[in-house]
Amino acid sequence: MSQSASIQVRKRSASLRYRKNRDRIIELVLLAAGLVAVFTTVAIVAILVYESSFFFEHVSIKEFLTDTMWTPLFDRAHYGILPLVSGTLTVTMVALLVAIPLGTIIAIYLSEFATHRVRETVKPILELLGAVPTVVYGYFALLMVTPFLQKLIPGLPGFNMLSAGLVIGLMIVPYVASVGEDAMRAVPRYMREGSYAMGATRLQTALRVVVPGAFSGLAAAYILGISRAIGETMVVAIAAGMQPTLTFNPTEPAETITAYIVQVSLGDLPHGSIGYQSIFAAGLVLMLMTLVFNVIGFFLTRRFREAY
Amino acid sequence: MATTAESTLAEIRKGLAWRKQLDKAFVIVGLLVLFACLGLLAVLFLDLVHQGASRFGWDFVMSFPSRKAERAGILSAWVGTSLIMFVTALVALPVGVAAAIYLEEYATKNWFTGIIEINVTNLAGVPSIVYGLLALGLFVYTFGFGQSILSAGLTLALLILPIVIVATRESLRAVPKAIREAAYGLGATRWEVTKDHVLPYSTGGILTGLILGLSRAIGETAPIITIGALSFIAFLPPSPVGSEFPFLNFEWLRSGFTAMPIQMFNWVSRPDQAFQANSAAAGAILLAMTLLMNAVAIWIRYRFRKKINW
Repeated sequence: MSQSASIQVRKRSASLRYRKNRDRIIELVLLAAGLVAVFTTVAIVAILVYESSFFFEHVSIKEFLTDTMWTPLFDRAHYGILPLVSGTLTVTMVALLVAIPLGTIIAIYLSEFATHRVRETVKPILELLGAVPTVVYGYFALLMVTPFLQKLIPGLPGFNMLSAGLVIGLMIVPYVASVGEDAMRAVPRYMREGSYAMGATRLQTALRVVVPGAFSGLAAAYILGISRAIGETMVVAIAAGMQPTLTFNPTEPAETITAYIVQVSLGDLPHGSIGYQSIFAAGLVLMLMTLVFNVIGFFLTRRFREAY
Repeated sequence: MATTAESTLAEIRKGLAWRKQLDKAFVIVGLLVLFACLGLLAVLFLDLVHQGASRFGWDFVMSFPSRKAERAGILSAWVGTSLIMFVTALVALPVGVAAAIYLEEYATKNWFTGIIEINVTNLAGVPSIVYGLLALGLFVYTFGFGQSILSAGLTLALLILPIVIVATRESLRAVPKAIREAAYGLGATRWEVTKDHVLPYSTGGILTGLILGLSRAIGETAPIITIGALSFIAFLPPSPVGSEFPFLNFEWLRSGFTAMPIQMFNWVSRPDQAFQANSAAAGAILLAMTLLMNAVAIWIRYRFRKKINW
């Protein structure tokens, strides 16, 4: 009797040992999956730096940063990144001039003024708009917005940064509005009530209490918007033209960093050629630009974080 | 004395009236901006459908691209997109869910887990074309997968991994602690608790996250252009299901491909109006696919939420 009990105990403990060992193996597998994220980041940096290093064997950093022409695929090749950077910054500026004011107004409206029903209807729509493929927005920019703008601005070329920037702006409005609204809703109720008790109206409360209180979250929304505008590819590749030009005039055609990468990829350049390597150098600059804005955003949000 | 008090009161009243006017003005401005933005987008979408309307039909869906606009179709594009999505889902689901389980159920808070978390957050902000460059250098040339469906699927899987991880973590976190503690109390190991008790409750959230991720991936154009999708493909990849043993073949993974957004991009950049109509039609179908996936995701979330009573 007692013998069979002890056998059972032994069996149980053997099975427990087995289960615990299995647990340890499974934990390692799960950890490996988690490490994929780290691996991806490392691989991105490694690939960009590695392929760019071949590029910078041909091209001095000085030429890369100061030459005002970017023509890596021509016989008389110039390798100055400035025209691509100016194109990227111009499109981003136009986009932000649309997205930040409109997005902020919508966010304030939804968070502080709209009824529950309006908010609950509009929020999912905003999130749905985030899923629209960007190539569709490119179609809008080239075939609908540009013809319309040409009526307003005579002599506007068929490819221009203005229409691409406006459409990207419109594209990020829902994004800024949605993230900004979340930030403002996180401001505790008692702060609003304190303000009302002092006789402030809704608008005063919104602008002087809620917006400053949510500033770190709003800044994060803006930074995300900027990153999306800088990295946006298809709209500019379709609507902004593909000639690198050093200009900050949005009514001119120009090329952005991302559009250049697309242009080269469409041409199917041989692996290892200078043109092939140049897209990695361009990609490295793109990564650095988004990184700079993200670091600024990080410090902004930390500087203005309100703890409740 | 009394007059000054009265005049101050009058001033305050005036100020209040003015501030209330401002309040009303802002409500109008807010509504105008909101409806202007949504309305403009709605007009653009309707116009897209309108422009493409003449091309909708069975022929358009079942034809290869062609040099003649009126005979061109999206057969190779939607087949390519479906196969890529299949690979993406097959990779992103297990890896994303496993990573999320690790971070949420296993990891203790230390610098090492911190690094993984920071990486997941940062990856969500990396421009999609940079994933294309990564894939070009890594999958296409270093691993030698070539400009294939496999490369494209893996690229998009990496791209949506943060979305799947974040969604899974949220739904794991929503499972009450009491459920875990009851299972531990009966002697279950950590994996048994996770597999038998936590995961079943979070299936809805995980599926929602996966579908939202896929709906993002289906429209991504830039990264798959970078790895070398071709815009003119007048053949289908070899069929995944064969008639002879073992009935499955993996040739298609190595096949060249095109996809819906690539096809649309190719047509939109042609000056010919007829091709632009094709582009609009392809865009409208792509849009419908995206919206449909989102609708399914919302439906799943709703259904699972209704079923669970803690």
